[in-house]
Amino acid sequence: MFRYILRRLLISIPLLIVASFLCFGLVNAMGDPLGEWKLQKPRTQAEITAAYDRTGYNKPFFERYVTWAGDFVTGDWGESVVPGNAGKPVKENVLDAFSVTLRLILGAEIIALILGIAVGVIGAVRQYSIFDYTATGISFAMFSMPLFCVALVLKAGGIQLNNWLESLGADRWIITAGPPGDGFKGSIGEQIFQYSGAYVLPTICLVVIQFALYSRFQRASMLETLNADYVRTAQAKGISQGRAIFKHAFRNALIPIITVSSLNIGANFGGAVITETVFGWSGMGKFLIEAITRIEPYEVLGFMMVTAVFIIVFNLIADVLYAVLDPRIRLD
Amino acid sequence: MTEIGSPVAAPAAPTTGGEVSQFDNTAAKKQWQVILKRFTRHKAALVGLVMFVLLALFAFFGGLLWKHPYTETDRRYLPPSGDHPFGTDRLGFDMVAQIIRGMQFSLQIAIFVAVLSTVIGVVLGALAGYMRGWVDALISRFIDLILVIPGLVIAAVLVRNSFVASVAGGGGSNWLIVALYLGLIMWLSIARVIRGMVLSLREKEFVEAARALGASTFRIVFRHILPNTVDVIIVNATLAIAQAVLLEAALSFIGLGVQSPDTSLGLMISLNKNELTLHPWLFFTPFLFIVLISLSVNFIGDGLRDAFDPRQKRVKA
Repeated sequence: MFRYILRRLLISIPLLIVASFLCFGLVNAMGDPLGEWKLQKPRTQAEITAAYDRTGYNKPFFERYVTWAGDFVTGDWGESVVPGNAGKPVKENVLDAFSVTLRLILGAEIIALILGIAVGVIGAVRQYSIFDYTATGISFAMFSMPLFCVALVLKAGGIQLNNWLESLGADRWIITAGPPGDGFKGSIGEQIFQYSGAYVLPTICLVVIQFALYSRFQRASMLETLNADYVRTAQAKGISQGRAIFKHAFRNALIPIITVSSLNIGANFGGAVITETVFGWSGMGKFLIEAITRIEPYEVLGFMMVTAVFIIVFNLIADVLYAVLDPRIRLD
Repeated sequence: MTEIGSPVAAPAAPTTGGEVSQFDNTAAKKQWQVILKRFTRHKAALVGLVMFVLLALFAFFGGLLWKHPYTETDRRYLPPSGDHPFGTDRLGFDMVAQIIRGMQFSLQIAIFVAVLSTVIGVVLGALAGYMRGWVDALISRFIDLILVIPGLVIAAVLVRNSFVASVAGGGGSNWLIVALYLGLIMWLSIARVIRGMVLSLREKEFVEAARALGASTFRIVFRHILPNTVDVIIVNATLAIAQAVLLEAALSFIGLGVQSPDTSLGLMISLNKNELTLHPWLFFTPFLFIVLISLSVNFIGDGLRDAFDPRQKRVKA
């Protein structure tokens, strides 16, 4: 086991090198980061040369990459280069965005997982019941809606709710511009009020899609184990129905969803682009969009390195958990 | 595993007289007839199929029949009425004509993506699973690489880069670029599934028999192994259509999707996102059509999965 984990981690080092090089090339193919700045108004040749000197963009592509890689290993992730926004440290900005995303997705992920597993199990145990049909219908509808529309409708609804609260003489509750930058203030009650106002809509938005995925998945794997021979054997031995369902079927039906959810969580650290954009959270997704729009090579690379580590680690966790939970599977 | 089917979909309940004789003949029927039969008993899937065919006909032929061409303008922001059932937009274009055109592009992209991602995924997945060794390692590492590189960066390069744009057809038309991008991203999951299936199928006796008879690798993979995965391939390709419609909409929303002069349902929604409260019909009609397309496709895919699944025959616990 230990050797397997070590080998997987070692394999991912060349993967990261190749990926960062390709990513750097892709950003390069988007165009010159200074191109737009040069055209905004007439610049003197000296100005242009100075700007290229400062950003290192007068050097060839390969040299720029090697410089970045060398700096990265020593903990210097580079700076933003586009004039007007230049000189911001990439490392601090990426890690800030990451902490925002982490706060946003962690709660939503846990809620979606618990709800999805519960609804999936009940749907499978009571297959073709009214509960099953309702849950199936709801998750199909959720699957079929573009997420950004859901987010926009929720946002509009939140604003309506605020207006209604105001007309009653209460405070506005829903915050649609992200969590306050300087943290929540006031008494405990006020803090809870602000906290819930900032989190409720984006959390609903994230739960909606994840829940649809998890509940369908859990229902399918639960049906599979409920129909398995070993569950029938357990029932034939005369154990109670509840014991057969929870001790025998449910525990085994959890194996696939643990894998799926850990892959999913790993990918989600890349930020919920749409939810963050609509609700004004400056998390990873928004960070990436802005970096791409301005063509910031080092910001994109910094983003990629952070998310890549999480994707790789959670992929590994998924595989290891799979082997731990299902002894028939051997890692090697 | 019936996902949404009514109890009628479970063929193990031959209650009416006519059903009994049909059920007894099952073994004598060809496999695809059995599948077709199971599919047509799946009510939700049939509704989905009818709905999808109607939507597709509306998208591709509706423009010929509808009285307002998509280039004609009337007064701006007319609410829905007899003359303009979905109203007019901020430039005075008739929304029915716009929806027809947007749906045409959305469906075009989705079908292109489904075909492309399925072909790439099946071929690479089958190669990795059958050849194993360094071919498998290469393809698997390639998949890891695509997972790690942020997809939006690739999208931005394809949409922004003027060289790519000029190769894919001038005149600013970019639906093909968006479709290519989605096709190149979406093959990963099907490739993994097919790889896993092929890994186990290649050890089966019938493959050994084919190999002993001297069949070529190409023949073994395409004639003997892949036909055994056709159910998974068809279900995945169907569901990919729904996924592509939604992903294209999301790309349009963040400005990396289809651009004018092309259009799509997703682009229409994102252009009208600020009309949500004042002129809601502009936002909700394209939204409704996206939901209808992906809902009908999801129902079809679900019905197909049930129809292909031989475990359907088992009585549920």
